[in-house]
Order: sequence, then structure tokens, then C-alpha cells
Amino acid sequence: MSKIHVNTTINGDHLEFLCDPRETLLDALRDRLNLTGAKEGCGTGDCGACSVTLDNRLVCSCLVLGAEADGKSIGTVEGISKGEELHPLQQKFIEHAALQCGICTPGILVATKALLEKNPDPTETEVRYWLAGNLCRCTGYDKIIKAVMDTARDLREAS
Amino acid sequence: MALDNQKNRDFKIVGTRPDRPDGIDKVTGRAKFGADAYAPGMLHAAILRSPHAHAKILKIDTEKAEKLAGVKAVVTRKDFSKMVTGENWNVLENVMAGDVALYDGHAIAAIAATSTLIARDAIKLIQVEYEVLPHVTDVDQAMKKNAPVIRVGAADSSVPKGLHPNIVRYHESGHGDLKNGFDAADLILEDTFKTEATHQGYIEPHACLAQLGGDGKGELWCCTQGHFHVQKTCAALLDLETSALRVTASEIGGGFGGKTAIFIEPVALALSRKTNRPVKLVMSRSEVFRATGPTSSTSMDIKIGMKKDGTITAGSGIFRLQGGAFPGAPMEFTAMCAFAPYNLENVKQIGYDVLSNRPKQAAYRAPGSPMAAFAVESVIDELCNKLELDPIEVRLKNASKQGTKASFGPTWDRIGLVECLEAAQKHPHYSAPIKKGQGRGISSGFWFNHGGETAVTLALSEDGTAALSVGTPDIGGSRASMCQMAAEELGISYDKVRTTIADTATLGYNEVSHGSRVTYASGLATIKAARDAVKKLCARAAKKWDIDEEAVIWEDGFAKPSGPNAGNFDPIPLAQLTKSMGKTGGPIVGHFEATPEGAGVSFATHLVDAEVDQETGRAHVVRYTVIQDAGKAIHPSYVEGQYQGGAAQGIGWALNEEYIYGKDGRLQNSGFLDYRIPVASDLPMIDTVIIEVPNPGHPYGVRGVGETSICPPLAAIANAVSNAAGVRLKELPMSPVRILEAIKNKT
Repeated sequence: MSKIHVNTTINGDHLEFLCDPRETLLDALRDRLNLTGAKEGCGTGDCGACSVTLDNRLVCSCLVLGAEADGKSIGTVEGISKGEELHPLQQKFIEHAALQCGICTPGILVATKALLEKNPDPTETEVRYWLAGNLCRCTGYDKIIKAVMDTARDLREAS
Repeated sequence: MALDNQKNRDFKIVGTRPDRPDGIDKVTGRAKFGADAYAPGMLHAAILRSPHAHAKILKIDTEKAEKLAGVKAVVTRKDFSKMVTGENWNVLENVMAGDVALYDGHAIAAIAATSTLIARDAIKLIQVEYEVLPHVTDVDQAMKKNAPVIRVGAADSSVPKGLHPNIVRYHESGHGDLKNGFDAADLILEDTFKTEATHQGYIEPHACLAQLGGDGKGELWCCTQGHFHVQKTCAALLDLETSALRVTASEIGGGFGGKTAIFIEPVALALSRKTNRPVKLVMSRSEVFRATGPTSSTSMDIKIGMKKDGTITAGSGIFRLQGGAFPGAPMEFTAMCAFAPYNLENVKQIGYDVLSNRPKQAAYRAPGSPMAAFAVESVIDELCNKLELDPIEVRLKNASKQGTKASFGPTWDRIGLVECLEAAQKHPHYSAPIKKGQGRGISSGFWFNHGGETAVTLALSEDGTAALSVGTPDIGGSRASMCQMAAEELGISYDKVRTTIADTATLGYNEVSHGSRVTYASGLATIKAARDAVKKLCARAAKKWDIDEEAVIWEDGFAKPSGPNAGNFDPIPLAQLTKSMGKTGGPIVGHFEATPEGAGVSFATHLVDAEVDQETGRAHVVRYTVIQDAGKAIHPSYVEGQYQGGAAQGIGWALNEEYIYGKDGRLQNSGFLDYRIPVASDLPMIDTVIIEVPNPGHPYGVRGVGETSICPPLAAIANAVSNAAGVRLKELPMSPVRILEAIKNKT
């Protein structure tokens, strides 16, 4: 089967790749572009480990076809920090020990960054419902929620 | 082993909360997990799995599949060793079916191709002729006279004569006289409890990248809890020499016991050997559910007698566990943990390991213990309710403590159960009023913890930093605690130590990261290796000062003369000794290799408030407090994390999670949508209290913390839900349907 030529922007960089029409965006990111930060936990949109933004909208990249990235702008975990300067969320996740194994962390960071850009002052319940599509099996979410709330507070005070 | 008396020493780094060393890698997407490895010329593999619960494999025709463009090799059972015996045979039989498919999802054949899509297309072209056999998936059904026999001759010598061939192991333990004990009781309650199988539910599916040449030498990258175990088992299954296969553990995306088992690694190696190319094999989520993990499902009979004052006079339990189509259901652990929190004069427990047409059970966090606590602690709660006694007072009255005889034999050393119960009693959670529509539950839980074979190396660098190599994969932040312990001993700062999970060619054998053993055993080994290095550092200083080695002591990172008699010399810092080590005797490296056997057992007490909707039967947890003895918390944040994680998994097990089999014996919910693990909006904050009753078997007093946290939740939640619903729930999970039915049957 002939491949599709895709032109896209990822974390601000213009990139192009060839992919099979059946390949997901997650496959394309990982296998074509070596961006392995997004993880496949389920392949069915249930776990959120593959969360990325597609034209600023939070999506599961396992539910988007690689070909759909054409002409779009994608944001992944690799684009969250600025050089060696971590995003406040990344810093707080480390400080609060909000990760154990770390496999869900990229997806949760992409998702919470999207939340805080939309809602800088979320309640605990709002954070919990926003993250209901991102499974974590290690932490019981407690320290994740605390890290997110703490980051939101800092960002509000800084702005 | 000589253990020191430093439990009360004034720690500088141990007990603090530094940032984990792999933190930046994990928040930036840089950390490499199982599926993140790629190799030039790499092929991709896929596995064909049985759609039947039990079927003879009459013929496997791979011709069409092999003709598909891009397909490079097919392997079936004939591509593996024909010489394995014992548990290795069971592992091989599970990795790739022989003559019979034993469960829905059992591997039948595997293909390597130039892309994953082609490999997945190709397995659909393999034609398998099956003769479907009768099957059984329920533990009680599998023990019945007319149940289909899963495997003839699988039972070992522990099984009494005359039992069904599906009963493959038998356990009996206890002491005292049950009849006398029950005769002395004012109230005896007896009931049957059932729990469904659950999956460990790690978010990272199994993944590996294998390279094996015709010369029998290979490299394997995989996500595992124990790469030395993978090395040994793969070598056996493929007739390789163990040392010829070098295994590197990737970052691991959760394991909880499920990644102590081996599923895909030998398959990828066999495909690589056949093609002489690297082969990557990654499981789908559905394959993870159908063919890896789960726990045993259980059926348990409990009988307990109590006096009016709360004294337990006798307890007995019969525990039936199915562990899939292979021996190994952890029924002896279930039996031994059941009454462990209680000091009983009369106690007896019996266990049955039963075969069924389900996947081979794998360890899941304190395997077997949570179910036992569910059954026993439910009956204790009911006795307390009926006799109008305080549930914590009763537990304190009968608590196991140092010197009392455990229900399964040994006499307890220093343990922290009483401290946990007292902390629960004093906790504001316990005195808070119970809201309308809610119920409160309490439970204790017990786990053995483990030591196991351990080897570490600590190499000092010229600039005064230290490279620590351990062989136990880091599942939940253990590299941070290893760095802390090494830094504490060496007297250097935390960030001057780097801990690496070394591959199998670098260290001696290390048992898998299981049994809550890493901070205990690798931690103990790290401390000993650091002391070995310190001894060598002191020798270098002695040489320089021209005094006896014994006259040099190590304090806060400096070699010092032991006293005025030793001489008057300025202390030398570590970095100065390492800077000149090339000229003073060569590299300074500390080692430790042993099988530490002083893992301290641990207890926990959980408090839960749950709310039940009487109309829909939905239950949810509104407040949760974990109280657990850690011995000594090296990094308290990650100890709390273990407590919270265990509680959350317990909440899932108690309320939502279950393996659902259809009449056809096929798993009906092999995805996260239908097998629902707790999500953020399901849970409250989980409060934690760390109790520290030092373990005499560790230099700092560490007890394992990873597993005990999942022992009490099933029972604590069941007690809370039962008290809220006004009716005893005896079957897990307590889904809305089951709760509604119990409420209806009550009236």
C-alpha cells in the first residue's frame, strides 16, 4: 500500500514523514519521528498515556491517524520544557513525588498543562474530572492532584 | 549477619525528601521504557492467540502467512527447548502452547515481519485446526467431581488421595484445638466469601527488543521486575548458556508483581534467532489482560468464635484459589496471612491450589493476602457488630506482638501491629462522626516481606562521586533511596551518588524486585558496600599517615585518626583520597553479595468511610486513612506513595475490578473501558501515617513497604460498605448490581 506524505508542525518544528494510512499519530510520532515521550498504554483511548495536543486541543494520539496531522500543529511532552528550564508543572511533579513508575507522567503533564491554560484556578474536583481520562496505577492520584493544585497556585501568584 | 545498633542514629540524608534522580528524565519524556528501544534492521512481531478456553491443537498451517510480503519468520512450540522440566516447563507451556490451548488468549504461534501492521495481518493468515474441549473457569466448579480435567498428573505429593485432579497442591497449618476453642466462645460466626480475579493493571504493556545470533549469544532489552530471572529462564527455554545472554532492564512502567513473570521475551529471542535480526515485540492491552497477570480468584470459608469481652477463642479458614491452568496459586500465603494479626490459641487454615481454564496467575502485590484479610476481617467486623464491641479495641485485645506465636508457626520478633492500631484509634478520622448514608470500616493486614539474593557494587570516582550499581529494577523511586543510603554512609551529599540498574553482565545474580525487598535487601547491600568502600578509604589514609588501619575512623565524609594515641593528623576528605587513589593502590570499589534473611514482616491498619446509594447500589469511598509500619522510612514521600498506591488498587479490587468470563470461557472485558481501574475522579485524597518500629534485620531498621498497603483495603472497604448498606457484602467486587441485590435480599 502506498504511503501518505504528511507535512506537520511538532513542538514548533516543521516536520514531514511518510506513513501507512492505517498508522496512528502515536505510531507516527514514535516510530517515524523518534518522539517516544507519548506512550501506548491501551491503544483504545482509555488510558491517556499518549495524550498530545492537536491544534491546541487535547487528544489521545492513538485515536488520531498519522495522516490527520497534515497541516496541523502538534504538542508533545518533549515540547513542554524550554531547553533545560523545566515547566513549573514538571518541577512540581518531581518535588511532590507525583510519579512512581513514570509511564503515565508524559500524558498527565500534557493534559494538566492544557487544563491550566484553559482554567488557571481549578478546584480539586475539576482537576480530578479533567484527569479522569489519564490512568495512573501507582500513586492513587493524591500527589498528582497536589502537584497540579500547587502549580496552579504558583502560576496565579506569578501572573 | 552482624547488625549494628544504629537505629536511633542521627541521620543526615535518610528520612529527608530529595528529588528523585530520574525525575527530569521522566517528566520530559526522555526515560526509555520497554517499547522505547529501536535497533537498525529491526523486525516487529505479533502473536496468534487461542480463541478457545480449552482446545486440542490438531494442526497449525503457516504457509499462507509465510507467503505474505514482509513476513520473515514464524515460530511455534517446536522452536523452543524440548528439555525443560519443573516450573520452567510450566513457563514454556504458558509462553507457547504445546498440544493443547489451555485458556482464551494462550499463545499458539508468532510471526516476525518488517512492520507491526504486516505482522498483525500475517497472524490472521495462520490456519489452526482445534478440537474444542469442555472447560471450567470458576474455582468451586473446577473442584467438582464432573469438572473437566485440565491436566492429568499435575498434582504434587501434598494433595490428599481422592481429590479431583484439578487440585494440584494442598496446605494445612495451625495449632491448638479448634473444638475446645469454639466451645469456649459466646458467639460463633461462619460464612463463605468470594473474590474475583483482578489484574495488576500496570499502564505499560510488556515490551522487549531481542537480538540472538546462531552462535547462541544474545542481547535482550525488556521491561521486567527482574532481568536476572529473565536471563536464566530465557536461557533454559531456548537452550542457551545463561551468561551468553545479556539482559538489560528498561525503565519499567509498573509491575506490581505482574512483571516478575515471563511471557514474550523467549518468543522475541526465538524469532531473532531464526531471522538473525533484532526483533521487537510489544503486547497490546487486550493481550495483557488475556494472557498475563491476573491474580487468583478465591472462594473461602471462615469460622471464628469470640467471647463477649472480645477475646477470640478460635479461628479456622478454608481457602480455595484457582491460578489458571498451571500450579502456583498462592493459597499457602492466603492461609498463612489470614489470621496473622491475631494471637490465637486455636487456629487452623487449609489451602487448595486449583487448576482452571484461565491464564497462569502471576504475583500481585502481597499475593494471596488481601483476599484472606477480606474474609477474616469481615467476620471479625460482624462479630464486633453483633457483640457491640469497638472494632479497634477487639483488634488490640487479640493483637499479635513480639513473643506471641503466629497462626502459621513462628514466634513473632519485634512487630508494629499494636502501634498501627493505637495510631488508628487516636487518628481524627476514627473519632470523626459518621455521616448519614455512610459506613466506617477498619481492617488490619499482614505481609511477610522478603530478602533474597542480592549483589551491588559501589565504585568511587576520582572527583569524589560514587557510582552505585544495583540489580533490582526501580519500580517506584528506589534509586532515590539507594542514593540516600550510600550518601549517608559515605558522608557525601545525595547528589554525589548516581545509582544505575546494572545489566546481567555487570553484577552477580539479583532476585527480582518483589516481596517488598528492594529498599530492604538492595538497601542493606548498598550500606554494606559503602562500608566496604569506607574501609578501603580508611586504609589509604592509614597508609599515608603510616599508622594501623584500625586506628583510622570514618566520620562525615572524612578519614580521621581514631584518637590521640593514633596520632595527630588533619582529617582527609573523601574527594582527596579518591583523587590520589591511582597512586595509592588503585581503584576503590565496595562490594556486597549475600542473601539477607532479616526482612522484617509488616502490618498495616486502614480506616475507610464509604457511602452507598441505596437506590442504585453504587458505593464510593469518601475518606481513607492508611497507617502502616515502615520500620524506617528512607524517603518518606515514596513510602507514602506506596501506601496510597496500594490503597487505590485495593479500592479498585473492592468496588470495580473483575475478570468477567462468558459461558464460552472467553474473557469479556479485556480493555480499560470494561475493566475499570480507579480514575482520579473516583478517589478521595488518601491520608497516610508512617509508623516506625525498626526491623532488627536491617542496619537502619527498614521493613519493606510496597505490598502490605494492599492487604487491608478489600476488608476495610467491605466493612465500610456493609455498615453503610446495613447488610454484609460477601463477594468482590462490590459492584452496584451485587450491592443492590444484597440490599433487596435483606428485606
